Order: sequence, then structure tokens, then C-alpha cells
Amino acid sequence: MVQAIQLKTNQDYQFDQKLKIQRTGQFLRNLLLYSFLTVMAFVVIVPFYWMLNVSFQSSNEVLNSLNVSFFPKVFSPQNYTNVFLYSSAAQGNIDFSRYLFNTVLVAFFTTLGGTLFSILVAFALARLNFKGRDFIFTVLLATMMIPGEMLVISNFVTVSRLGWVNANNAGSYLAVIIPFLVSIFHIYLLRQTFKQIPNELYYAAKVDGCTDFKYLWKVMVPMAKSSIVTIVILRIMGTWNAYIWQDIVANEKYKLVTTWLRSSFVDLADTGSGRVLTNYQMAATVIVTVPLLLLFIFFRKYIMSGVSRSGVKG
Amino acid sequence: MLDHKRDLKAWLYLILPLFLLTIFTFYPLIKTFLISLFSEYNALTDDFGRYFDFYAYTAIFNDRFFTNALTNTLVIVFVSVPVSTVLALLIAVSLNSIKPLQKIFQTIFFIPYVTNALAIGMVFNVMFSHPLVGGVAAEGLINTLFQTAIDWVGPTATVERWRTVVLIYTIWSALPFKILVFIGGLQNISKQYYDAAKIDAAPKWKVMTRITIPLLSPIISYILITSFIGSFKAYESVLSVVGTVGRSLDRNRWTAVAYVYDKIGISGLDINNVSYYSRGAAAAVVLFFIIMIFTFLNLYISKKTVHY
Repeated sequence: MVQAIQLKTNQDYQFDQKLKIQRTGQFLRNLLLYSFLTVMAFVVIVPFYWMLNVSFQSSNEVLNSLNVSFFPKVFSPQNYTNVFLYSSAAQGNIDFSRYLFNTVLVAFFTTLGGTLFSILVAFALARLNFKGRDFIFTVLLATMMIPGEMLVISNFVTVSRLGWVNANNAGSYLAVIIPFLVSIFHIYLLRQTFKQIPNELYYAAKVDGCTDFKYLWKVMVPMAKSSIVTIVILRIMGTWNAYIWQDIVANEKYKLVTTWLRSSFVDLADTGSGRVLTNYQMAATVIVTVPLLLLFIFFRKYIMSGVSRSGVKG
Repeated sequence: MLDHKRDLKAWLYLILPLFLLTIFTFYPLIKTFLISLFSEYNALTDDFGRYFDFYAYTAIFNDRFFTNALTNTLVIVFVSVPVSTVLALLIAVSLNSIKPLQKIFQTIFFIPYVTNALAIGMVFNVMFSHPLVGGVAAEGLINTLFQTAIDWVGPTATVERWRTVVLIYTIWSALPFKILVFIGGLQNISKQYYDAAKIDAAPKWKVMTRITIPLLSPIISYILITSFIGSFKAYESVLSVVGTVGRSLDRNRWTAVAYVYDKIGISGLDINNVSYYSRGAAAAVVLFFIIMIFTFLNLYISKKTVHY
């Protein structure tokens, strides 16, 4: 009897020991996981913190100290108003409001035109029967893989022969908008959504005497709303982030916010040295970044579905 | 008759968008090939010239700045893509295996998901900044932190240094999208496999190499293909981190795409009678073929190794 109890406690002891090892193992594993994640999270966050930190530092601080400080010594929110009003002779003396106006205008027309064209083409390819449909679809699929950089040289020649390059009129807008108005990827995205709408709806509508065009706007578009919202958001983001093409073709007065972001922001009070005001630069990056973050917070679902299907942003 | 009318209606939907696509996508695609082959192409008159040859290609491969641009591009592709993919995979697996704080970590990792490549690149430029003359401006974060005075991104930065910063930035910016896709993939793996492994008392690393990675392989190959293609087109990231103002970027820091864009707007011929546009077009064609080869290679390899 005593022996049996002895044996049992012995077993318990061994079991406890095993459990202990397992628990420490688990603890160590968790420690490793959490420290790894914390370090990586820190790395991800630091640039954002740094952007805000420098953007609130005074000009005196960024120019006349040996080392940058980790917190603004003199909290200077006026950087933001100064950067809004900043203009340089090299960039045609225009300020942020003009760049923003250009961006909004270009975004409006590219979004409107691009979405409309995507809807029309996607509808024709998904719903209508006509000769050459499969051929067109195959050609579109094949060209979807082609990098846009392949086209810029010829497109530049085309828009410059149309007289749009560096035009001091609406031509600059056209040069920025027209070449990228139709997106094959957006057509493809929408066609896939339209394909999922059952054929029976179409036949029922036909029986009721509904025209194709009416069917598209009354039935298909409302049903594909989420894909259309995704396209609209991708378009807006694309315009907000567009840089090189518009910077090459547009006249100074017709460029977009990214051009403003890349402007020099040199010290105006002290033109002789032309030192770059990094606090202004960072205030500008905050102004460009915040709308994107807001868009992401409110339309996360749409943005993610759009980006994950294309593998590219914007 | 009815067929004819039906076709006509369908073309009404297509005519305008297809017209634009023809002018700005199909036509330039063929034209770029032609410009690259007619080495005396004149952009101002849009005249192809008399010479149909490969001079533009020999010109760019003899151009130090083009081969250098290709090297820069390949360094970005072959370092940043594997490193960011492995890091993202590790982060995704770690995120997936913790319970407390998971949501907070996830939110932090998704923050850079939609950012402006130029804007955050400029932040990296400021973080690694260094005044050319001491005391003219403050040292950046990295130099302050490590008590150094190294030029990382400025005009006197060495190749290794500026490339390091560009790589850090490209890896950093590639993480969120990859983490997100991997997390989605991990959550789609059936719990059954892990339960079976638990019963067999399989060690953690074996679960990772025998269950998680094989079942995730279609997603890994998708990520690899898209990010290889994306990094071959790197330009804005390099421009914003190691460029100066506007579009000005040191010629030694060009990527292949930067080389193409640089040739836009330079009319006329170089000393070897090759037009700059032909050079740019040839560079674009080379880039196009590299991307195509990689895409097909990736597809081929993934067909052989991906486990469904």
C-alpha cells in the first residue's frame, strides 16, 4: 500500500517535471515570438514617428543643431501653414492649393472616364454576344502583363505631337489624363464580377422588354457596386500617387501634388545658402500621407480586394 | 441582318475605349519595338529614318550607365524580394500563432499598406541624412543614434551605403502587402493538419516545413512572381531615397526604368548616330524581355514545385 502511494507520487513528480519543461518551452517560444514581433513593429512605426517628429521641429532646430533631436524642442505647427504657402520661382510660383486643384481635377476626370469605360467594355465582354468578342478579350488579357514603362517613349511622342506636352492650357491635363484613361486591369476586374451575375436575370429583363443599356445601369451596376467602388478608389489613389509621367508631360502650372512634394523647400529667409528645410519636407509628406491613411481606414475592404488581385498598388 | 445589328450595338459600347487603347497601348507597344530597331529615329518629326539595325542595343550595352542601371535593378530584385518574402512569412506565422495583442500587432503591420512611395522614401532620406559640411544642418536619425557622421544617401555616399538604404526601404515598403496575403493564406489552411501533427507530437519546425510552407506554396509563388515584376520596375523608391530635388537622380544610381525615362525629351543623335529615343526604347524592350522571362520561369518552377 505504502509502496503504491510512493510510486504514484513519483509518477506525479515525473509528470509535473515534464509539464514544467513544456511550460518553460512554451514561455520561451512566446517570449521569442513577442520580441520578434515587437522589434518588427517598431521598425515599421519608426519612419512614421520620424516624419511627424521632424515636421513639428522649428527651422532653427533642423538647420542649426549638430544632431537631430528625438522630440521637437520648439513645437512648430506653423510649418504646415508655411508649407501650404510655399512656392518657388523654379516651379512657376504656384503653391499647394494649385497643385491640389490640379490633382482633384485630374482625379475626377480619370475616375469618371476610366470607371465609365471599364463598365461599358466589361459589360460588352461579359454579357453581349458579338463577333470578335473572344478575340478582343484574349488581346486584352495578353496586354495586361505588359509593363507600362514599355509604352512611355511612344506615348510621349504621341502626346507631344498632339501639342499637349508642357502646354500652358488644358492640353497639359489631357496629356496626364488621356493615355491612362482605359485600364485593362479594371476592365478585367469588372468583367469577372459581371460574369457572376446569373444569366436568368438578363433573360427575365429581356422578356420584360428591357434594353441592354437599361439592364446594365439598373441591374448590373448596382449588383457590382463593390467592384466599382474598388475601381474608383484605386483610380483616386493612382492619381494621388502619380508622379513621373505627369511631371514629364505637364506644364509647371498643371502638375500634381507629388511634384509639390518633391519641390526643394529651401530656406526662403536665407536664400544665399539654399539649405533644405527638412521640417517643411516632412510636413509635406505628412500632408500627402494622411489622406491615404484616411482612405485606407474607411475603405480598407475595397482597397485590399483591389490590390490583392492586381499585386500592385494604385 | 439581326446579327449585324446586334454586333453594331456591341461595338457602340467598345468603340471609344478600344480607340484609346489602340492609340495609347497597342500602337505604342509595336512602335517601341520599331523605334528601338530604327536607330536614327527622329522624335520631333516622328520619322523612323533609313537604318534598321541593332545599333541601339549595342549602344546601350556599351553604355556604362545602362549596365550599371541594370546592376542596380538586379541588386534590388534579388535582395529585396527574397528578404522581404522571408521576413513577411516569419511575421505572418508569428502573428498567426499568438493570441493576446494579435489585433494591435496586425494593425501596426498594415499601416504602411497604402502609402505614397515618394513620401515615405523621403522620410528614409531624412532619417539617413548627413550634412555635407558639418554644422550646416543636423545629422539624421541614424547618424545621431550611432554617433557617426556617415553619408548614407547624399552625393558622397558610397555605392554600398546608398544601396543598403534603398534596400532597407524597398524591403520595408514591401512587407505589409506580403504579410496580409500570407495571413490570408494561413487562415485558409485547414486546422485538421495541425491537429494531426499534434497527435503525432511533431516538432514545431517540422510542422512549419512539412505542413505550413507546402500548403502555402501557391501563395508564396504568387507573391514571388508579382514582387519580382514589381521590383524590376523600381524607380520612384530609389529616386525618393537617394535623389535630390524633383526628378534629379545621380546617373550612377539609375535603375533600368530611370534610364528609359531619362531618354524622353532628348531629341537628336549621340556620337555614334544612335538616337536617344532609340536607346530608351531599346532599354524598355530589354526590360520587357527580362520581365517576361522571369514571369515564365516563375510560372514554370511553381508548376513543378507548388503543392496544392
